[in-house]
Amino acid sequence: MTNAILTGLMLGGMYALIAMGLTLQYGVARIMNLSYGEFLIAAAFASHWLFTGWAVSPFVGLALVVPLAFALNFAIYKLLLTPLVRRAPNRDALEVDSILATFGLTFVIQGSMLALFGGAYYSYSFLAFPVQFLGETVAANRLTALGITILLGLALYAALTRTRAGTAVRAVAVDPFAAQLVAINVPQASALTFALGGALVAAAGVLVSTFLTFSASSGVVFTMKALIVVVMGGVGNMLGCLVAGLALGLSEALVASYVDPGLTLAVNFALFLAVLLVKPAGLFGRATR
Amino acid sequence: MSARIAGFSALALAALALLALVPRLGNAYYLALAISLLQYTVLATAWGLFSGPTRYVSLATTAFFGVGAYTVAVLGEILPWPLVLLTAAALGAIVAAIVGLSTLRLSGVYFVIFTFGLTELIRQLVVWFEVNKSRVLGRYVFVNITQADIYWQLLALTAAVFLLGWLIARSRLGFALRVIGEDETVAKHCGINTTFAKVALFTISATVMTLVGAIMAPRWTYIEPSIAFNSMISFQVLIMALLGGAHRLWGPVLGAVPLTLLFELLSARFPNTFTIILGCVFLLIVYMLPRGVAGLFEKLSTRTSGKTTQRVAA
Repeated sequence: MTNAILTGLMLGGMYALIAMGLTLQYGVARIMNLSYGEFLIAAAFASHWLFTGWAVSPFVGLALVVPLAFALNFAIYKLLLTPLVRRAPNRDALEVDSILATFGLTFVIQGSMLALFGGAYYSYSFLAFPVQFLGETVAANRLTALGITILLGLALYAALTRTRAGTAVRAVAVDPFAAQLVAINVPQASALTFALGGALVAAAGVLVSTFLTFSASSGVVFTMKALIVVVMGGVGNMLGCLVAGLALGLSEALVASYVDPGLTLAVNFALFLAVLLVKPAGLFGRATR
Repeated sequence: MSARIAGFSALALAALALLALVPRLGNAYYLALAISLLQYTVLATAWGLFSGPTRYVSLATTAFFGVGAYTVAVLGEILPWPLVLLTAAALGAIVAAIVGLSTLRLSGVYFVIFTFGLTELIRQLVVWFEVNKSRVLGRYVFVNITQADIYWQLLALTAAVFLLGWLIARSRLGFALRVIGEDETVAKHCGINTTFAKVALFTISATVMTLVGAIMAPRWTYIEPSIAFNSMISFQVLIMALLGGAHRLWGPVLGAVPLTLLFELLSARFPNTFTIILGCVFLLIVYMLPRGVAGLFEKLSTRTSGKTTQRVAA
């Protein structure tokens, strides 16, 4: 039982980390990014390439991949998404347009990765030894990933609540129009937040690659998990993201060990539906519409 | 007006009769191509039937297509063919009604997300059932259906979908859906039962998709979950309907025909870069043709008619 719960918590922590970037992108920049998982896989491939080709540790890899992802996502927002933001008459239209555009992007990135790496599964061995934790044996790489996740989450929370820029970002999330009235550069804040979300998903990709096997086409699964966590927790809510991620991980681990490992996705969806039917805005969301 | 309708139906019947002759040409390649064209025409039109007026983006096409195909794989040898089709349609309708009732109350984006994962969910359930209960993964389809039969069934279904769409657009249901598409809150205040209208149309559209899956199933001799629930179908249908313009009944055809031909060409010539090209086509459509080919036609026709009125006024 302890083992199942511990596995669930580590899995849940990973889900929360994966979803953090998406909740920023969707909650603040209003971009429903369906190519989100593809960015995660791209970062995982980058980390794999750095580690197996150049013997660069994933910790150093983080320092290389994350800023690069930030720049790339900033460019994507400026070049690809700004025309849609300008064109959209309202928020709903932007959501639909961004779904469609990032959907196309999904195929471009996925196809490029397929052309580069083929359809095979990749993995590498990093910190792959067992350690004792709370009386149970767990893999060191998973535990390290969880530790970094917690650090990242705390840093992000502090940045959003304690700094001026973070306050501006939260203001845009609440009301982009009113934010402009108090001299916040909304397009700039949106672009930066989108890029920050991209940087977070790249960090998640590097961490995930240390303990999971991945392939060029497994991005969709991560997009789906992230979307479920974001919507369940309430869009744009960090705490909701954490709680929903943990709930998802726990339920998955419990079902896998006590019912049937083949039914994890079914549990995801059942939980997702149950939450939405009771609280349509998510666990911590405000009912806006 | 009624003369126009009569003329139009005569034209449609003539076209239908001409199209029915295609298998008589005796060329297997053209027949296969014609089947693909009809398959995507029906799927895209059915998609537009629901998503066009309501503007809910559904990614569940594959889920229903797969349910249809799997019904044939399971029941194809046990029941007579019409009964198999009927069972498939009923199953599709039931699944759609359940999905619709539980998700359509939610606003747009949540719906996209749910349908995005629905295919995976159903596939996982089918795999789980086959592995644990029936202990087979993959089934052979032995039914006495020729390629020409598939073609004629699809053609009949195409005609039925267009007739259905035309009737719905003229009914109270069609009007209710257009109001929902404009503004759901307004629709509710007008006393429209938005949930009922959405679920009803979602079910109709999904039943058609399920039937397409069932009709197409005999094309493969062997079916397993990854073939029946190939999520590429959802994406392709979505692109086609958008390119054509989902807000008109005849819009999706304008996208389905050129894109089916394009995909046919691409997958034969460039199998490795197919996905990249698909993505680029998708992005081009989103940026260049936000209202599809049908929207382009409308824009052009209003521009020319606008010019004439100006000229008259001058």
